[in-house]
Amino acid sequence: MKQELQELYNYRELLYMITYRDIKVRYKQSVMGFLWAILMPILIVMSGVIVRYAYAFVSHAPLKTADIASVAIKAVPWAFIVSSIRFTCISLRGNRDLVVKIYFPKEIFPMAAVLACLFDFFVAFSALIIFLVFMKIGLSVYLLWVPVLLATTVLFCVGTGMIISAASLFFRDVGYIVEVFLTFGIFFTPVFYDVRMFGDKGKWLLLNPVAPLLDGLSTCMVRHESPDLHWYMYSLAFSMAAFMGGFIMFKHLEPAFAESI
Amino acid sequence: MSDAAIRMEHVFKKFRKGETYNSLRDLVPALTGKLLRPQELDAKKRREFWALQDISFEVERGHALGIIGHNGAGKSTALKILSRIMKPTSGRMVVNGRLSALIEVTAGFHPDLTGLENIYLHGTILGMTKREIKSKIDQIVAFSGIEEFIDTPVKRYSSGMYARLGFSVAAHVDPDVMIVDEVLSVGDFVFQQRCMDRIRSVIKAGTTVLFVSHNLKAVTEICDSAMLLEHGKVLAIDRTDIVARKYLSLGAQVEEPDQKKPVYISKVQIRDRGGEQSKFESGQTAWVDVEVTAREATGKLSVVIWFTDETQYIIFHTSTERLGFPPFSLQAGGTYRCTFELALNIAHGTFHLVTEVHRYDIQKGYDRKEPAATIFVGSSTAVGGAVNCFPRLIESETLDSSAQYCEV
Repeated sequence: MKQELQELYNYRELLYMITYRDIKVRYKQSVMGFLWAILMPILIVMSGVIVRYAYAFVSHAPLKTADIASVAIKAVPWAFIVSSIRFTCISLRGNRDLVVKIYFPKEIFPMAAVLACLFDFFVAFSALIIFLVFMKIGLSVYLLWVPVLLATTVLFCVGTGMIISAASLFFRDVGYIVEVFLTFGIFFTPVFYDVRMFGDKGKWLLLNPVAPLLDGLSTCMVRHESPDLHWYMYSLAFSMAAFMGGFIMFKHLEPAFAESI
Repeated sequence: MSDAAIRMEHVFKKFRKGETYNSLRDLVPALTGKLLRPQELDAKKRREFWALQDISFEVERGHALGIIGHNGAGKSTALKILSRIMKPTSGRMVVNGRLSALIEVTAGFHPDLTGLENIYLHGTILGMTKREIKSKIDQIVAFSGIEEFIDTPVKRYSSGMYARLGFSVAAHVDPDVMIVDEVLSVGDFVFQQRCMDRIRSVIKAGTTVLFVSHNLKAVTEICDSAMLLEHGKVLAIDRTDIVARKYLSLGAQVEEPDQKKPVYISKVQIRDRGGEQSKFESGQTAWVDVEVTAREATGKLSVVIWFTDETQYIIFHTSTERLGFPPFSLQAGGTYRCTFELALNIAHGTFHLVTEVHRYDIQKGYDRKEPAATIFVGSSTAVGGAVNCFPRLIESETLDSSAQYCEV
């Protein structure tokens, strides 16, 4: 594995170029340009606000700005996860010519797909920060958790992305299955709701490895508290396992790509 | 032995024919089915075939090896194994140094990016660093000859421009080992010549080249030696002209002498002063010997010979009758022999000799050998086209500044 990571490092410029290509092409092709990056997060936030409004109506409790801020904070990374997985899924098949014709470490494709989505994420995240300032969400030392949580999210996306991209190369219907999971995943992930609303049963929802990360982000940014360390460690372990397992699996299958695509 | 840039040792590659399971929906029932009916495994085994069988060869540093063979002979598979895109089923393969493949030179292009952006993208894909590309960018752009359109998205390019840009990038990688697969089928004549020159200069600079093409002329020009592949096996590794002749004879073998023909061509050879030959210099004299044998008594026969170029265009054509010999007659079992002397005033290229026994008054062809022989003509004079008029430039001057478009 060390040798393969070394080779990947030697091809870092290619990773940069493919990422640059993916970003450039996406922004060039659409008239809307940067609006694309925030369209999906805005829609998710808007649906979240409607859901939270319904909660407030049923429970006769007023809808707080903190609740809306929390939904927005979780919606932006969720949009990143969804688009990363979606793009990694087609990253190998979409570059068929390169997979078949030229040798280089092919994990560059799922990685570049995640990085291109990360660029969109930062565009949306900048918009989010303006929104949060407007909502008067203050600063605190716990904000230092934000980069840590985001890095773990990226690791998770790259790991699962490698597995899904390779799997969808061998099995055409993996794409449909992934799409179903992405569509309904939001109901199993605390984006619109908080884990705390479920009381003791909330911990079952945190078994979703994405949940502690999103929940942690809202905890440290809105409530200015440290995220639950145990659950964070669980997510981190899961992401590392996905990355290492995904990488090893990907490298193992790579020689068969050209014949199977 | 130690100076080999490329070495393949007993390489085998197996492929599976027909449908494999490429969706989970098919795979799950198939797996359960397999548990119930293990004999299906045998059926699967029968669908396997060997794309390469026991391929061994080596190329020394700075040499060029041509690979020829019919479609499906395993050429591309061999190259894919060399460039590490595929793993051999068994066997060993060594490539010393940086390898660059000129296979489908535009694979890395993205239609929405400009020519310049694509140079950087494609160059990185081929293994160059950004700094390397930056230092060569002017050369690459100049070589492609599309300076004007370099800031236009390549989707607006013509297919020729597309390929030219791709080749320009690939040709500037400066690899230790270069694989060239059928890239010369694109671009116009001038650009093809430029590509050939570039490949030649790359070899001169010490790069090892593997050259795959159906264009025998190009293979003979570039490579000293060649390998002939047929059905995944090496049929010959030898001097290029010998291998090329063998390749062409593979096609000719299909037409077995028809037992029913009353007259047939029993022998054709083309030779120079030293004996049978297939490599000639433009302007050299060649002799064509034809031998005709009769099974039944037949009368009023002539021998016709002609040359075609690679596109089957007839560039030259003559017969015994046209040269003033009256038609001949043969008794059963009789043999007729004739020799044509030819001044090969043809431009460089590959040409096929076709011979036929013909009866003019009833326009009947008895037997035809196509191609009876193939020759490779080299030329020291730089001429294009089919004939060599042996041009000399005897005057060349610039008259005044207003005539700048007439510069020689």
